[in-house]
Amino acid sequence: MFEQIEGSRAVAKAVALCRPEVVCAYPISPQTHIVEALAEMVSSGVLSPCEFINVESEFAALSVAIGASATGARSYTATASQGLLYMAEAVFNAAGLGLPIVMTVANRALGAPINIWNDHSDAMALRDAGWIQLFAEDNQEAVDLHIQAFRLGEELSLPVMVCMDGFILTHAVERVDLPTQAQVDAYLPPYSPRQVLDPAEPVSIGAMVGPEAFMEVKYLAHAKQMEALRLIPQYAEEFRAIFGRPSGGLAHAYRTEEASTIVVAMGSVMGTIKDVIDEMREAGHAIGALGITLFRPFPTAAIVAALRGARRVVVLEKSLAVGLGGILATNVRMALAALPIDVYTVIAGLGGRAITKRSLHALFRRAEKNDLDSLTFLDLDERLVARQLAREKERRKSGPVAENLLRDVGVIAARNY
Amino acid sequence: MHEQPIKFYQTGTFTVGNRLLPPEQRTVQSRIKRYNSLNSGHRACQGCGEALGARYCVDAAMEAANGRLIAANATGCLEVFSTPYPETSWQLPWIHSLFGNTAAVATGIAAALKVKRAKGERRHIRVIAQGGDGGTTDIGFACLSGMFERNDDVLYICYDNGGYMNTGVQRSSATPPAARTATTPSLEGALGNAFGQGKFLPEIALAHGIPFVATATVADLHDLEAKVRRAMEFHGARYLHVLVPCPLGWGFPSHETIKMARLAKESGIFPVFAAESGEVVASAPIRRKVPVEDYLRPQKRFAHLFSPTLNLAALARLQELADRNIRKYRLLPETL
Ligand SMILES: Cc1ncc(C[n+]2csc(CCOP(=O)(O)OP(=O)(O)O)c2C)c(N)n1
Ligand code: SF4
Ligand SMILES: [Mg+2]
Repeated sequence: MFEQIEGSRAVAKAVALCRPEVVCAYPISPQTHIVEALAEMVSSGVLSPCEFINVESEFAALSVAIGASATGARSYTATASQGLLYMAEAVFNAAGLGLPIVMTVANRALGAPINIWNDHSDAMALRDAGWIQLFAEDNQEAVDLHIQAFRLGEELSLPVMVCMDGFILTHAVERVDLPTQAQVDAYLPPYSPRQVLDPAEPVSIGAMVGPEAFMEVKYLAHAKQMEALRLIPQYAEEFRAIFGRPSGGLAHAYRTEEASTIVVAMGSVMGTIKDVIDEMREAGHAIGALGITLFRPFPTAAIVAALRGARRVVVLEKSLAVGLGGILATNVRMALAALPIDVYTVIAGLGGRAITKRSLHALFRRAEKNDLDSLTFLDLDERLVARQLAREKERRKSGPVAENLLRDVGVIAARNY
Repeated sequence: MHEQPIKFYQTGTFTVGNRLLPPEQRTVQSRIKRYNSLNSGHRACQGCGEALGARYCVDAAMEAANGRLIAANATGCLEVFSTPYPETSWQLPWIHSLFGNTAAVATGIAAALKVKRAKGERRHIRVIAQGGDGGTTDIGFACLSGMFERNDDVLYICYDNGGYMNTGVQRSSATPPAARTATTPSLEGALGNAFGQGKFLPEIALAHGIPFVATATVADLHDLEAKVRRAMEFHGARYLHVLVPCPLGWGFPSHETIKMARLAKESGIFPVFAAESGEVVASAPIRRKVPVEDYLRPQKRFAHLFSPTLNLAALARLQELADRNIRKYRLLPETL
């Protein structure tokens, strides 16, 4: 049923339709509206039986989910940014224990400097923790991916992170087709764990493993993730059959036919990119885009298949591997290593910096002329950077970097737009 | 198995052996049908107080839960000596997740069981969580306090050996003042662990107003079992803090574990009490008071207080700590 609804509320409704048994909550923007909506549903009895637990930290949130999942309960939590890092130890642990917890990450920058706005640094920091990572392009996909996440995670005994852009998606009100309970029940069977804490069949979970088998344990975790590459398209297909719309999968190609330039990105920025592609196609440019839905496991084969016809690939990403450049771009470069394709890395939108159509038009045109450095920071204010560098050269005690830069920028609120 | 009653007579110690008691008062451990939840064959050091304490506590909890019990366990000696795969000493469903999240994991187990119960599945299963003093008073403290504050249906048992033993005897916030550890050395006349720091978690637990808080030692195993039994009569958050001497970390012969625990209690340095809903309801009285010095002297971790010179000032301060406990918890008849 179509509803005009905030992204967070839509996701909360989708999660509730999946009949979670334990939901753990700790507040951090921009994830709060999701767990607030779930709290309402549990308290009003709409979602029952379900234990909603207000914990004292994100570390506890995921740890409670670990205990609940190991006891056979379908478990859910949501976080972002500092919260994801605060639970990092438990993030690895949940994956190592093979517990199919589903967690929404409302993507947000990492401090310092503290910043509540969107980029992908948080999810990228934990990309190798053993979780499946899905990125939603819009709120419809965010809803759909959560339903698929429970199915996938529980089939493979792996935890799944559903990443959706903070504020841009979580706080956007738009039309979303919310499924019915009958549809979700038809798609998502009850959770049947492979190992469970049960006095009827006592097992020891989480004991120590030495060098004699640790490699094999880790290899199997890798193999399990690779298995997701096979299952995800299948589950997306089954999803289309029941819910009547395509959603999920490994990646979405957009107007890539005959494209000599293909832009690769993840998340909501695909919307802006597609608009720019449409306009450029109109103007006769051979350009297309590839939105990556599944980041872990990395769908190498699907990406190669989608990009192999291009002359150049522009990877536009909202994360930065400090001291290297791109993270998504590094993964894409690895996938394309054997092909004669130029790959450009573009770091964009850090800490919520707007990614505008105008900037993208200019960027893509330069790429078409091979007039891009292999690493570009989109809309970087070079004057601002130069002034700070000069200040640091001049004086050792030049003061906090962030403060200096903002003084140079001037007080935003007083600016005349 | 057939049981044959035999008569025994007491011979002048304070220890009332099981065999002198009527069968219903005997410990769970002395029964043929004990659970052996922490089974033999594990790798604890000889004389390990923690292994002994855990064996009694978990079996008593198992008895109270009719064998339907799940345990969450923190990283530490207990986790390491009881499990390396493929072996496990645990005869009950058991999970180890991390060092600092055990109380939260137990909360999750209890929450899952509550939902399952509401669905008519998996009824009457109880939950315990256990960890060392480091995993409880330091790194696991936030999760533990959260579990207390929410009054989650978990019995948390802390096995206090006064330090991070599994990593080689470093200082924790439960390490007693003046004790030498690997990170509070006593070289060049240094005192070891500082006075005026650390925390006594049972009192912090008490401040949460949870249904049941108690301390115990492995010197009085009847009392230990009774406290587990009482704890299991409540629902909600419960806390049991057990003093478990560690021959390796404290530096005493491995046959003197019980003696060390008894001296800790009889000197007053470790008060044994029980509290319900935030109020102390019972203290285990000191039977034959000993000076704190008698407890400290046999332990190598306090050797620097006795040689090359006697550190009278430090000994007096430690004695004052014991005397304060005696007053506070009314451990002697004249303090009643
Ligand atoms: C996050 C984290 N920090 C440190 C450690 C290392 N570590 C493992 S066990 C342990 C000591 C445990 O001490 P305690 O909780 O008192 O238990 P004991 O071994 O003394 O019984 C430490 C420091 C760890 N496993 N995880
Ligand atoms: S080091 Fe101490 S606590 Fe650890 S197993 Fe040995 S005696 Fe027990
Ligand atoms: Mg310890």
